[in-house]
Amino acid sequence: MKMANLAINHINKSFGNLTVLKDIDIAIEDGEFLVLVGPSGCGKSTLLSIIAGLDDHTSGSITIDGKSVQGLEPKERDIAMVFQSYALYPAMTVEQNIGFSLEMSKMPKPERLERVGKVADLLQIRHLLKRRPGQLSGGQRQRVAMGRALVREPKIFLFDEPLSNLDAKLRVEMRTEIKKLHQRLGATIVYVTHDQIEAMTMATRIAVMKDGILQQFGTPEDIYDRPANVFVATFMGSPPMNLLPAVIVDGSQGLSIQGADAMLPVPFSAVTRAPQGKKVLLGIRPEWLSLASTSTYQPTLDLYVEVVEPTGPDIFVALRLGEREIMGRLPTGSRTRVGEKARFAVDLSKAVLFDAETGIAI
Amino acid sequence: MSLQLDAESAAILSPGIDLRISRILGRYFVYGCLVVLAAIFLAPLISMLFTSLKSMDEIRSGNILSFPKALTFEAWQHVWGSACIGVTCGGLKGYFGNSFLIVVPATLISVGFGALNGFVFANWRFRGDHILFGLILFGCFIPLQIVLIPMAGLLGVLHLAGTIPGLVLVHVVYGICFTTMFFRNYFVTIPAEIFKAARIDGAGFWAVFVRILLPISWPIVMVSIIWQFTGVWNDFLFGVSFAAGSSQPVTVALNNLVNTSTGTKAYNEDMAAAMIAALPTIIIYVAAGRYFLRGLMAGAVKG
Ligand SMILES: Nc1ncnc2c1ncn2[C@@H]1O[C@H](COP(=O)(O)OP(=O)(O)O)[C@@H](O)[C@H]1O
Ligand SMILES: [Mg+2]
Repeated sequence: MKMANLAINHINKSFGNLTVLKDIDIAIEDGEFLVLVGPSGCGKSTLLSIIAGLDDHTSGSITIDGKSVQGLEPKERDIAMVFQSYALYPAMTVEQNIGFSLEMSKMPKPERLERVGKVADLLQIRHLLKRRPGQLSGGQRQRVAMGRALVREPKIFLFDEPLSNLDAKLRVEMRTEIKKLHQRLGATIVYVTHDQIEAMTMATRIAVMKDGILQQFGTPEDIYDRPANVFVATFMGSPPMNLLPAVIVDGSQGLSIQGADAMLPVPFSAVTRAPQGKKVLLGIRPEWLSLASTSTYQPTLDLYVEVVEPTGPDIFVALRLGEREIMGRLPTGSRTRVGEKARFAVDLSKAVLFDAETGIAI
Repeated sequence: MSLQLDAESAAILSPGIDLRISRILGRYFVYGCLVVLAAIFLAPLISMLFTSLKSMDEIRSGNILSFPKALTFEAWQHVWGSACIGVTCGGLKGYFGNSFLIVVPATLISVGFGALNGFVFANWRFRGDHILFGLILFGCFIPLQIVLIPMAGLLGVLHLAGTIPGLVLVHVVYGICFTTMFFRNYFVTIPAEIFKAARIDGAGFWAVFVRILLPISWPIVMVSIIWQFTGVWNDFLFGVSFAAGSSQPVTVALNNLVNTSTGTKAYNEDMAAAMIAALPTIIIYVAAGRYFLRGLMAGAVKG
């Protein structure tokens, strides 16, 4: 399969007075799996349409393989797209649906049928080839939509929330399947979702967007462990990252947590960048808390256990520190009881500090 | 006293019985109303049919709603093949044929153009598209009488005055407003992603229209065909204004036939002629009426 690198260069887009994309700048290598993630209405689909050539942009450029695709029709861009509603052609059989693009490019029928058959085998839908979309289940339609993209063997696959119309179980299955497909084909994929779990599990690169502005672009580890701002920190991860308002004290060595009588050392990564007296937000993911053993070398907090929610593999605990609520995630079997006060160790090597005014990571 | 109490407690214990009785009564009421209304609607048609199958003697002596005692098709045969209309005495059959020669092309052409126009208005944005569609909608509300004189002038210029092609043109022009509106309103309910997918697949204007849209448009095609067929078939005003002599449609001929008969009114012949003139539209409704209903609903309810 052919490969491509894709560059989205300073793209701006407005509909009349409404600006929906502001200076989006992203570049990926061949074979990467880029996930565009963000809340509904943040401009993900619009960006995808611009890459596909279905929508014009106001300024900026898109390059595929180093060449600008300005003015090229979608069919000339060597892309394929899978839509949220699948957008299958209702009157055509599965075989005709998958083969339609090849038919439009005037590929001879025997060759076309062979390509369709190969894709059908890959997706295990050969037995459905003679059916029409109306006779298929949601999951089967989803596969046909993917088949329609795969059969073109494009440089870049574009997916617009392809799993959001499936039920939860099927969604997890298809997630794995798309990931397998990516590894097997080595294809370049741009995948839009509002589901942060999909983003984390599938991506090699994530672009987090909000209100048409790129918040952070990086690997899933970057995004999860080193969020660029408060929005990314709370949008990615479930339950979200805890944010505790605090003030820098002790010559930049200590954090005084506001609304609670508690102190923690300043995370090492931020020591040199946070002057005394600065108001900050201390970001701690739920799993960076653990029940402290007596011999722990990590800093600790004494927290009051309010609610315990076993989920199976984990236990979520709602904790209280003075006026502050903190979510913790403990391994199953941890000894906690509602109503008791327990000592928790905080993994400050991971904790993140944000400027309380701007919300940007320090 | 104790009996009353029993009845009350029974009602409390099984409230279902009362409910069921009122439901059954309600249903009888509804069906009763429907039967009465259907009878009122059908009475004229039945009266026409019975009268057309009677001899004049029987008509004079009997009830207009009574079943014919001696069935006779003489009236039908006469008006079809030999009744005098104006100065010629060839019956309705030639005019009946004229109506088909007008209706079939007028319907096909206006439905075809309506489908194309609807596709363009539903999926293509161009300068002034809203204004143009507004004008077309406005065309649905122009009273027929207003255009008679300019249209006559136009037909004269085109050398189509008094001809069947001229009448076809008039009906096509008038029908396109309606068919465009029907198709456009149907096509806008089709999800936009389908058109995007087609564009990515490299399908052009005609491929999208013929391969993707038309095969799922049969409900609205049926609506448009029935609408146009009945409208054009039943037209009298355009027919009487723009068609001359032997190119007149059956509606005009029917009028002339009824007015030509001299002496005593031959009710059986008038009724037979009216039945013949109305038959194609009745057949279309009976055969395709359910598609008409379904097609009208298809635009309103998504999916
Ligand atoms: N054709 C359009 N005309 C005007 N506004 C639009 C159009 N398409 C999208 N928008 C607006 O652009 C914003 C981003 O939309 P979209 O890209 O669909 O968001 P997302 O896919 O992230 O949910 C939304 O506020 C939406 O209302
Ligand atoms: Mg979207």
